[in-house]
Amino acid sequence: MENFTPWSALIGGALIGLSAGFLMLANGRIAGISGILGQLITPREGDNGWRIAFLAGLVVAPPLVTLLGLASGEVRIDVSLPLVLLGGLLVGFGTRLGSGCTSGHGVCGLARLSPRSLAATLIFMAVGAGVVFLVRHLIGG
Amino acid sequence: MARILAALAAGLLFGAGLAISQMMNPAKVLGFLDIGAIPSGGWDPSLAFVMAGALALTLPLYALARRRTAPLFETRFAWPTRSDLDGKLLAGAAIFGAGWGLVGFCPGPALAALAQGGVAALVFFGAMLAGMALFSLTMDRKAA
Repeated sequence: MENFTPWSALIGGALIGLSAGFLMLANGRIAGISGILGQLITPREGDNGWRIAFLAGLVVAPPLVTLLGLASGEVRIDVSLPLVLLGGLLVGFGTRLGSGCTSGHGVCGLARLSPRSLAATLIFMAVGAGVVFLVRHLIGG
Repeated sequence: MARILAALAAGLLFGAGLAISQMMNPAKVLGFLDIGAIPSGGWDPSLAFVMAGALALTLPLYALARRRTAPLFETRFAWPTRSDLDGKLLAGAAIFGAGWGLVGFCPGPALAALAQGGVAALVFFGAMLAGMALFSLTMDRKAA
């Protein structure tokens, strides 16, 4: 477990949890990234100002935090570009079909004790782990 | 204006959390999903600690919100109302999980890594948007 970073994980997680709780208390909204982004690119939804502001903060914060020396800013992607493309398509389509992702189901949904979110979280965790097992230990092993 | 600033603050907190916890790094996320590495001691349980840290705040803050009649800057809470498990939910979660396991990016980290992730992060983000648009065009009848 040489890569295990419990303290930065807990602190970073707490900031994410604070963000989700604050967005509900302030604006009454679920901090689900796939929902916020997906509805932004779906013309029917009119109220987009807060969505753009939230996503702008999400994009800008990591380089700022890195400049302040609070994070490494490392982004290591080891797979080939065609697989990156395929993964992006699956994540975009799947999160919209399944009404949420790691934030909307995994954090906000579990915090609401939602059975839908619990089911979704167990499934995407299990399938994600299954794919990694396949790639690293069956094909690549 | 207050709700725009509140959303910006929430986005900044969320992005800072993803950066500090290193969840914007796909290699770190795949290190968690790689349960096959448990026997060799190479497994990285950090992501579970991120979830635990997040829930430790979201649970009580949501409980607090439940006791209020309205949010600070809006007229009502937009709580999700469904509780049924349908095929779309389960299939969507499985498709998402497959893409997540393939690359190590889910939507939040994909956005958080845009500034520092180079070409691959841009390609992933573009493909993710295309996947979302494909859903809106084919499956989302309300959008038409």
